[in-house]
Amino acid sequence: MTPHAMEAARVRRRRPLSGREIALGLAFCVPALAGLGTFVFFPLFQAIFLSTRGTDINGSPSRSVGSANFAELLTPEFGQILLHTLFFTLFVVVVGVVLPLALAVPLAQRLPGMRVFRTLFTLPFAYSASAASVVWLLMLDPSMSPVNWLLRLLGGTAPGWTTESPWALLTVAWATVWVVAGFNLLVLGAGLAGVDEQVLEAARLDGATGLRNFFSVVLPMISPNVFFVVVTTTLTSLQALGQVQVMTDGGPNGSTSTLVFSIFHNAFENGNNDYGLASAQGLVLLIVGIVLAAVQFGVVERRVHYR
Amino acid sequence: MSQVIEKAPVPAAPPRKKPKRRSLGRPATGVSALTYVWLVLAAIVLLFPVLLTVVGGFLPEGVLVRQPPGLFHGQYSFDNYVAAWQQTVVPLLPAFLNSLFVGLVIMAAHLITSCLAAYALVFVRMPLRQPIFWLFMATIMVPYEAIVVPNALFIRSLGLENSQWSLVLPFLANGFGVFLLRQAFRQFPAELADAARIDGCGHLRFLATIVLPSVRPSLTALAVWSFLQGWNMYFWPLIISSSNNSMNTLQTAVFALKANGNGTQQALVLAGVTITLVPTLLLVIFGQRWLVRGFMAGAVK
Repeated sequence: MTPHAMEAARVRRRRPLSGREIALGLAFCVPALAGLGTFVFFPLFQAIFLSTRGTDINGSPSRSVGSANFAELLTPEFGQILLHTLFFTLFVVVVGVVLPLALAVPLAQRLPGMRVFRTLFTLPFAYSASAASVVWLLMLDPSMSPVNWLLRLLGGTAPGWTTESPWALLTVAWATVWVVAGFNLLVLGAGLAGVDEQVLEAARLDGATGLRNFFSVVLPMISPNVFFVVVTTTLTSLQALGQVQVMTDGGPNGSTSTLVFSIFHNAFENGNNDYGLASAQGLVLLIVGIVLAAVQFGVVERRVHYR
Repeated sequence: MSQVIEKAPVPAAPPRKKPKRRSLGRPATGVSALTYVWLVLAAIVLLFPVLLTVVGGFLPEGVLVRQPPGLFHGQYSFDNYVAAWQQTVVPLLPAFLNSLFVGLVIMAAHLITSCLAAYALVFVRMPLRQPIFWLFMATIMVPYEAIVVPNALFIRSLGLENSQWSLVLPFLANGFGVFLLRQAFRQFPAELADAARIDGCGHLRFLATIVLPSVRPSLTALAVWSFLQGWNMYFWPLIISSSNNSMNTLQTAVFALKANGNGTQQALVLAGVTITLVPTLLLVIFGQRWLVRGFMAGAVK
C-alpha cells in the first residue's frame, strides 16, 4: 500500500460524524436502555430510598425510620443469615465445580459411549430450581425415599433431611449442585476438548502423568473455563431462592434462611410487607455480589491462562 | 459462516502414519475400566431423580411409595398426567400457556432489544458508545433480588398486578444479551462493513441481510438462554401473581400442586414436574451445543 493510499484510507475512516447516523444509533439503543432504565437503574435508586422507610399501618412504605433498617443488619440474626448464605455459596461452588470436573476429565477420553454419558449427565440442567426442589423433596421424603431405603439397607438411619438443623442447608445446597452440575460439565468439557494434543504429548514425554499431568498441564489450559464456571456458579448460588422456599421455607428455626430468602420473607411472605428492611438487605446482596466479582476478577483472573 | 471456515478443505496430507487422535491420552485397559465404574456410579446417583420424575408420573400412587421403589412395576398409565392437566385446585393447562407466553415474549424481546443496541454499539459511529456499553454491563452486576421490591411496588402502582404483562414487563431488555451479541458483532470483518456502507447499503438492510445471518450461532444461544430464563422464572411470578391462581406459571403451579397434595399425591406431582420439563429437556438434549458455543464465544475468549 502506497503512503498515499494509506492516507486516503485514514481520511475515509475519519469521516465526520453525521447527525442522522447518531440519531439512528441512539434510537437503536433506546428500547434496551428504556427497559433497563425503568426496571434496573430506577429501582436501584428506589431501593436506596426504600431502605430508610418503615411500613405504616396501611402497609405502604411511607414512614421514615432513618437508619433503623441498617441497624437491624448489625444483629446476630442477620449475621446468621450471612453465614448461611456464605456456607451455601461455598458448598455449591466447590462441589458444583469439582464434581463436574471429575466427570468431564474421564468423559474427554476417547472411549466408546462417552457421548451418551455426556448427554445423560447434562439432563438435570433441564430442571428449574423449583422443579429440582420438588423432585429432591420426594427423593428424601420419609414415606417413599429411595435414599432412605438404601441407607437402611446399609444399616444406617436417615436424618430428617429437610427438618434437622445441620442437614437442611446441606440438602438445599445439594439440590442446587445437582442442577448446576450439568451446565458446568458442558462448559468444562468444551474446554477439555480444546486442549492441544501436542502440548499433552510433550508433557507426557517429559514424564508428567496422572494427577501431576492434570494439575500442571491440563488444569492451567482449561483455566478460562474453570474461571467462567466459578463466576457463574457463585452468582447462581448467591441468588438461589426457589430451592429454599420450596424445600424448607427457611426452616427449621431459620437455619436455611439465606440473604435472598430473607429478602423474600421480609417483603412478601405472610403479609410481612417490611419493604424497608428487605431493600436494605437487597443493597447488602448487591454489595456482596460486587465484592465477590471484584475478588474473582481481580485476584483469580490473574492466574487464568488465556491462549 | 464459521462452519464454512472450520470445514475448509484440508490439503491432501501425505499418507503418513496417522497418529491416533486422543484427548488426554488413551488410557490403559485397567484405567478405562475404572473410568466406566466411576461414570456408571455417578450416573446412578445423578440420574435417578430424572428417572423417578419421568417414570414416577406414570405409576399409580401406591406403587410409587413402595420401598424399594417400584419404578419397574409395569402398571403404567397416563392418569396422573390427565389429572395434572385438569386438576381443579391448580390446573396445569393455563399455567403451561402462561409459561409459554413468558418464555416466548422474553425471548423475542431480548433478541430485538439486544440486536439493535449491540448493532449501534459496534457499527454505528456515534459519541458515548463506550459509556453506553458500560451502562449495559453494569446492569449485569445488579442481582434481580436487590431490586425486586421496588419493581413489585411499581407494577402494583400501575395496576398491572395479576395481568400477563406484569409477568414479563421487567425482563424485556437484558444487559447480558447486549454483551453477547456485541461480542459476536465485533468478530464481523470491519472491511466488509465499510464496503457495504460505501455501496450504499442502509443500516437496517445491512443488519438484516448481512450481519444477522452471520451470527446465527450467537442468536440461537441467546434465544435458547432467554427462553430458559423465562420458562424457569420462579421468584417474580410467585410474588406478582400469587393472588390469582389463573396467573400461575408452571413453576409456581407445580409447587402449589405439591403444597395442596398434602404429601399423598407424589405421582401426580411428578407428572406435573415432567410437564414443566418437556421444552427444557428438548432444549438441553438438542440445543446444548449452541448454548455452550454461544456462551464461550463471548465469555471466555
